Amino acid sequence: MEILIYGIINSITLSLLSLGFALVYSIARVPNFAHGALYISAGYMVWLLLNKAGLPYVPSLLLGLAATSAAGALMYRFIIIRIRGLEISEIIGTYAIGLAIIEGLRWGGLRGMTYTLPVFFPGSTEIAGVIVDYQRLVIVGAGILVFLFLFLFTRYNRIGLALRGIAQDERAAMMLGIDSDMTALISLALGSGLAGFAAVLLLPLGNIVVEQGYNVLIFAVAVCVIGGLGSWGGTIIASFIIGFAQILTETFISSNFVMVVALLAIIVTLLVRPSGIFGKQKQLEERV
Amino acid sequence: MEETRKERIDRGLKVRTEGIYAVSSFEEIAYLVGPRLLLIVGVLLLPLVLELAPYWKRVVNIMCVYALLALAFDFLANYVGLVCLGGALFVGVGGYLAALFNVYLSLPFYLSIPLATVCGAALCTAIILPCLPLRGVYFAIVTLMYPILFSRIFEALNVLGGTNGISGIDSFPSEYLEEYMIIIAMLAALFGMRRLVSQDVGLVLRGVKDNDQSVRASGISLTSMKCLAVFIAALMGCFGGAYMAHLYMWAGLSLFALDFSIIPIAAVVIGGPGTLVGAVVGSFILVPLSEFLRFFGSFRIVIYCALLTGFIVFKSEGLMVYLQRKYHQFERMVKV
Amino acid sequence: MSETILLSARGISKSFGGLKALADVSFDVYQGEIYGIIGPNGSGKTTLVNCITGFIRSDDGEVFFRDEEITGWPAHKIARIGITRTFQIMRPYYSLPAFKNLIIPLWSPRAKKYGGWRGGGRHGDRDTVAVDILEEIGFERDSRVPYKLAATLPTGYQKRLELARCIALRPDVIFCDEVFSGLSMSEIAGMIPLIEKLKMEGVTLIMIEHRLRELFRVADRVMALNFGEKIAEGDSSEVIEDSRVREAYLGNEGV
Repeated sequence: MEILIYGIINSITLSLLSLGFALVYSIARVPNFAHGALYISAGYMVWLLLNKAGLPYVPSLLLGLAATSAAGALMYRFIIIRIRGLEISEIIGTYAIGLAIIEGLRWGGLRGMTYTLPVFFPGSTEIAGVIVDYQRLVIVGAGILVFLFLFLFTRYNRIGLALRGIAQDERAAMMLGIDSDMTALISLALGSGLAGFAAVLLLPLGNIVVEQGYNVLIFAVAVCVIGGLGSWGGTIIASFIIGFAQILTETFISSNFVMVVALLAIIVTLLVRPSGIFGKQKQLEERV
Repeated sequence: MEETRKERIDRGLKVRTEGIYAVSSFEEIAYLVGPRLLLIVGVLLLPLVLELAPYWKRVVNIMCVYALLALAFDFLANYVGLVCLGGALFVGVGGYLAALFNVYLSLPFYLSIPLATVCGAALCTAIILPCLPLRGVYFAIVTLMYPILFSRIFEALNVLGGTNGISGIDSFPSEYLEEYMIIIAMLAALFGMRRLVSQDVGLVLRGVKDNDQSVRASGISLTSMKCLAVFIAALMGCFGGAYMAHLYMWAGLSLFALDFSIIPIAAVVIGGPGTLVGAVVGSFILVPLSEFLRFFGSFRIVIYCALLTGFIVFKSEGLMVYLQRKYHQFERMVKV
Repeated sequence: MSETILLSARGISKSFGGLKALADVSFDVYQGEIYGIIGPNGSGKTTLVNCITGFIRSDDGEVFFRDEEITGWPAHKIARIGITRTFQIMRPYYSLPAFKNLIIPLWSPRAKKYGGWRGGGRHGDRDTVAVDILEEIGFERDSRVPYKLAATLPTGYQKRLELARCIALRPDVIFCDEVFSGLSMSEIAGMIPLIEKLKMEGVTLIMIEHRLRELFRVADRVMALNFGEKIAEGDSSEVIEDSRVREAYLGNEGV
C-alpha cells in the first residue's frame, strides 16, 4: 500500500519535472539542457524574494514563476534563436547556459547555510493507513491540474492548438500562418514556467541544493527518452514507470540507486525500443 | 558617395604554394611549414623553458591532456556529428583502469597506460553503443549522464576506493619522460587526426555527418562507422586519463569531474570548431586561464560557459579559422 | 531481357499515421530489364522504393531478391547485396570534390569484394578508380570538372554523380528515383545512352519517372501506381492506353 501511494506521488513528481523538457523539445525541437538550471534558479529566486526582499508568500511564488518563464523566453530570444536548427550548437549552447547558471548559483548563491522553502500546508494526514504530508498531496493535486490544463489548453485554446500543430508538423503549421519562432518562444516560456512550478512544489520537501539541478535534468531526460521524445502522453506514462521503479528500488534495495534506475532505464530503452513508448521517430518521410 | 564592399583575396604566396610550386623556393616552404614548425617546436621546448617554474611544467602537462580531450571532442562533433557532453567518462575509465592495472595487477606504467587506453576505449565504446544507431541528441544525453552515473555509483557502493580513490600508483621514472610523453602523444594525435580525416576512412566518417543517407545507400553501416569514431576518440581520452592517474599517483572520483567535460568543449568552440588545431590552441588558452581563475572556484565554469555561448552565438568560426583567414588572405575595400 | 525474376515484391503496405501510402503493391522485375514505375504525385512511388531498399520499414509484405527474402533488412545490407538507389532530392557531399564523392561507395565492403570498378584491385588507388568511373558516365577526364566541388556542379552533372555513386558499387539493381527530373532536353538526351549502356552491361534498372515520353523510350515494362495501389502493369503502350492510368493523370473530365 505504501508503495502504491508513494509510487503515485513519485510518478507525478517526475512528470511535473519532465513535462517542461518534453514540451520544449516537441514544439521547438530544441533539447533544453538548461532545464535543470531553470528549476533550481526558480527555487532560489523565490527564496530570495521571500527572505531578502521580504515579500509575502504568494507574491513571491508568482513573481518567481514569472521570472523563470521570462528567463526561458529571454534565453530563446537572444541565444537559442540564433543557433536554431544547428543541432550541435543547440546542444552545446543550452548545456553551457545551464551549466553557467548552476555553477553560478553554486558559487554566488547557494552556499553556507541551508536554504529551504516553506511548505504550503504544514502537517500530514493518513490515507489508507499510510502517513502522507499535505505538501505531497498538494503535489499530486497540482500535477493533475497541470495535466488537465495542458490537455484543455492544447485542445481548445488557439495558442495551444498552434503549439500542437507545430509539434506535429512544423512545415504544415507554418504554411497555415503559425509563426514558428513565436511558438518556440511560448513553448520555452511555458516549459521554464513548468520547471519553476515544479520547483516551487517540490523544493519545500527538502533543501535547495545545487546538485538538484543536475538530478532534475537527468530525470527529465530519462522520462522523455523512455516515453518517446516528442510525445506528451508518453512522458506521463513513462514517469509512472520510472516513478514506481524508483520506489520499488528504494524499498527493496537502497535509496542510493534511485538515480541509477533512471540511467539504466535509458540504456534499456535505447537497446530495446529506441523510439520510446510512444515516440514518433520521424524517419525519412520528409527527406528522401 | 560610392559604395564599397570588402573583398578577400588569397595572398600571392598562398597561390604560389599550391601544387608542385610549393617547393620552389625557401619563401614558399617557410610559408607552409612555418606555422606547423612553430607549433611543434614551441610545444617541445616548453618544458625546457619552464625549467625555472616547475608549477607551470605541471600546467603544461595538464594542458596537453585537455588538448587530447579537445581533439577527441572536435573530431566527434564536427567531423562525425556526435556531440559528446561527457568527456570525463573517457578520462575516468582510463584513469581507474590504469590504477587497477598498476596497483592490483602490478603492471609497470609502460604496460598499464597502453592497456588502460585500449581496454578503456573498448569499454567506453561498448557502453555508448546502444545510442549509436539513433539521432545525435541521444548520444549527447547518454554521454552527459555516464560520468555522473559512474561517480555516483562509485561513491554509493564505495567500490574502487569510493571517495578516497585508489592511491599508490607508480609515478614516472624520469621527469623528462613525464613531460614529453604527453606532449608527443598530443602532437601525434593532432597530426594523426589531421591525416585521418583526409584519408578515405576519414571521408566516410565525415560523410556520416554530412549526408548519412548517402552513406547508408552506399552499403556502409552507420553504426559501425560511429563505433569506430567513438573508439578513436575514446583512445585519446582514456590515454589522457591513464596518464593523469600516473601523474598524480592517484585515481579518484575527480576524474569524472565536470571540468573534463566542459573545458574541451569550450576549447574547441573558442579555438575553432572543425579545425583540429583549434582544439589544441583553445586548450592552450583555457587551461592557463583556469589556473589564474582557480581562486574563483565554481565561478570559472561560469566564465567558460559564458565564453562558449558567446563564441557559439556571435563568432562561431572560432579563433583558428579567423587566424587562418588572415594568414591566407588579405582584405581590401573595392568599389561596387 | 532474360526470364529469371531478379527482384520480387509481394503485398507491400505502408501507412503513415492515418495516411495509407502503399496498399498491397506486388510486382516482379526480370533480370536485365528496365522497369518503369509511374504515377501522379503522392502515389507512393518513392515510399515503395524506400520500403524495398530498407530505408523505411514496411507494415506488411515481403521482398525477395534472387529467391532470398530481404524484407526488413537494413539499408546498408541491401546495398551490399547489390540493390542500390539514387535519391530524388540529391545530396552529394557538398564540401568534397566530385571524384572524392565516389570514395565513400568505393570504400564500402561491396566495392572491396568486387575490387572496385573493372578491376581496380582490392587495394587499388580509389582516387584513380573514381576518376575512371566519372569518365564512364560522361565527365571529361582532362577537364577540371571531376575536380570541382560537388556543390558547384550543374544539375545534370549532379544527377550523373548520383548514378555514379550507385555504379561504383557494381550493383545488380539500380532504383533510379526521378533521374530525368530537372534536366533539359539535351541533358536527357545525354543521359539516355548512359542508361542503355548500363542495361547492356546487365544492370537491372527500375526507374521512377514523371517524364513519361523519355521513360517509354527506354523502359521494357511499366507499372502505374495511384494512391498507393497498383493500377496497371505491362509494356509502355498498354499502360498508356489503360483508362485507369489516364484517369489518374488527367482526371475524369478530360477522358
